[in-house]
Amino acid sequence: MREILFREAIVEAMAEEMARDETVFLLGEDIAEFGGSYKTTVGLLEKFGRERVRNTPISEQGIVGAALGAALMGLRPVAELMYIDFSAVAMDQIVNQVAKVRYMFGGKAKTALVIRTQGGAGRSSAAQHAQSLEAWFVHVPGLKVVMPSTPRDAKGLLKSAIRDDDPVFFIEHKLLYLQKGPVPEEDYTIPLGVAEVKREGRDLTIVATSSMVGKSLQAAAELEKEGVSCEVVDPRTLFPLDKETILASVRKTGRLLITHEAVQRCGWGAEMAAIAAREAFDHLDAPIVRVCAKETPVPFAPKLESHVIPNKDDVIAGARALLETA
Amino acid sequence: MTELTKAKALWIYETMVRIRRFEERSIELFQAGELPGFLHAYIGEEAVAAGVCAHLTPKDQITSTHRGHGHMVAKGLRYEGMFAELYARRTGYCKGKGGSMHIADQDLGVLGANGIVGGGIPIAAGAALGIKLKGGKHVVVSFFGDGASNEGAFHEGINLASVWKLPAVFVCENNGFAESTPRATHQAVRDVADRAKAYGIPGVSVDGMDPAAVYETAGEAIARARKGEGPTLIEAKTMRFLGHYVGDPGTAYGHDKEVVKWKKRDPILAFGAFLEKKKWLAAKEREEVRARVNAEIERGVEFARGSPEPDLSDALTDIYASL
Ligand SMILES: Cc1ncc(C[n+]2csc(CCOP(=O)(O)OP(=O)(O)O)c2C)c(N)n1
Repeated sequence: MREILFREAIVEAMAEEMARDETVFLLGEDIAEFGGSYKTTVGLLEKFGRERVRNTPISEQGIVGAALGAALMGLRPVAELMYIDFSAVAMDQIVNQVAKVRYMFGGKAKTALVIRTQGGAGRSSAAQHAQSLEAWFVHVPGLKVVMPSTPRDAKGLLKSAIRDDDPVFFIEHKLLYLQKGPVPEEDYTIPLGVAEVKREGRDLTIVATSSMVGKSLQAAAELEKEGVSCEVVDPRTLFPLDKETILASVRKTGRLLITHEAVQRCGWGAEMAAIAAREAFDHLDAPIVRVCAKETPVPFAPKLESHVIPNKDDVIAGARALLETA
Repeated sequence: MTELTKAKALWIYETMVRIRRFEERSIELFQAGELPGFLHAYIGEEAVAAGVCAHLTPKDQITSTHRGHGHMVAKGLRYEGMFAELYARRTGYCKGKGGSMHIADQDLGVLGANGIVGGGIPIAAGAALGIKLKGGKHVVVSFFGDGASNEGAFHEGINLASVWKLPAVFVCENNGFAESTPRATHQAVRDVADRAKAYGIPGVSVDGMDPAAVYETAGEAIARARKGEGPTLIEAKTMRFLGHYVGDPGTAYGHDKEVVKWKKRDPILAFGAFLEKKKWLAAKEREEVRARVNAEIERGVEFARGSPEPDLSDALTDIYASL
């Protein structure tokens, strides 16, 4: 299969959906001539023109609100927030408006929209450009939340997100954009709410999101050499969550390690752990382990940044600790 | 009227050179791979920071932006601590935790650069409120770009400052671009200063390439704020000479063409010629300024290079005052 970059997969997904459905359009900061700060809209202005690839002023609240308004009129906007950190500027529209109008208005309002953004650390971009805030959005009923870890998943999930009739918060990771991977040439989608077992194993289950999936696969490869067999499961969609795939793995291995780049406290992993503790309690042979960022804003210094962000070795250490407990 | 004295003019000139050289040297170091993260260079806009900050004392406060090095230098921050911050060293202004976009020094009245566009504007209003409530005579200057003037924070912050008559001056550095987006496509007003009308405060456009003009305009606004007459919105028309960030060629969105005519009005060259004509600073003395600044720059770089990296344990300090 041909291989393309993660960011190219994102561009392709939007290009295909825009070609397929003329109600799909894009809005966001610097997405036109500039092709997006992380080059995720390159070439789309040339293909679809200024009406459908709309550069906005620096107005995050306006961007999300306008996306919602257009969705109410029956369009399918894909709004880009340049950094997930800037979603904080748009929080009223995301939380009080986008997530609420369907329910509040008795299920009649149309809210088919996608908010695409990118987060995560690793480029020394410091405390206001490197956060992992997915838990905020999972916490809000009315939003679906997607966090792909490979080019193939990114494309298939983004296409589904655009076709979905609910608001989808779609979180990319800045360090994954330059990752290459196989992506089918033919039209395909990956449904929201379906996890994928990225590696099969017997001794423990690692549930990993976004950038932690790759690190967990590396950890699993190393642990294999020690005779430890890890199963790595990527939920891909944090809500709706494919509990069955994850719990089936946990029931099989009896041990669960959850890893994400966000800080541990009230992270998505806390919800995952609670679900597993409730629904797979009888199968758990050891307390659930979480491998997450240290509880601090993201520091600028590369040395500190890599210290607070979980890496492959942290996953390995977490896995060893998990296997040592009876 | 605020008269530009020889002493002030020389300070402004030297400050502009100090800013320019800091940026040029930082870019070299960045391109050599010595500095992590990314940089937004202030080159071309020096007249604004220098012309405004010439009126400020260390007790006057500023809020700054992602393009903040110029404001820091003009506010008196030292090269050592600034370079050390860019180098992510423990001796940096923020112990290497902030970096280029987050330099601050409370002792010199720098409340902080900011990675969130528009984020500093309401903070400036609040700082001005703090000064007013404490009965002080100091002012707060908030620097931000044309792009920032489209954020809710701009409107909310200035509205608060105007309705409470706070000692604040809002300085929009209108360089005609918000990242890659030209002014005409991100706001329908040509002059950001027009927005002052919406808040019932004075709004003034000034040539941001002319430090004397900036000095005069800022002087009036700051004097007004000190007298308790409330805030002013100043719009300085200027241009960044480089791309949005170091490494952006500016070719994708027409900046490379636009910048050509602005470079002919380089504020340092123009003001140097003005000083020469006034017989306040001869060519030879300008060279001396440059040499002095360069020596100081190298001391700053050496200091940073020789400084220790943070300890891993530093990652977990400064999160709370107490627990
Ligand atoms: C809330 C927010 N939105 C977007 C960005 C990304 N961003 C950083 S600088 C910038 C352009 C700012 O333009 P302007 O305010 O005119 O300042 P200039 O860069 O021209 O100095 C953008 C879009 C950000 N840092 N914060």
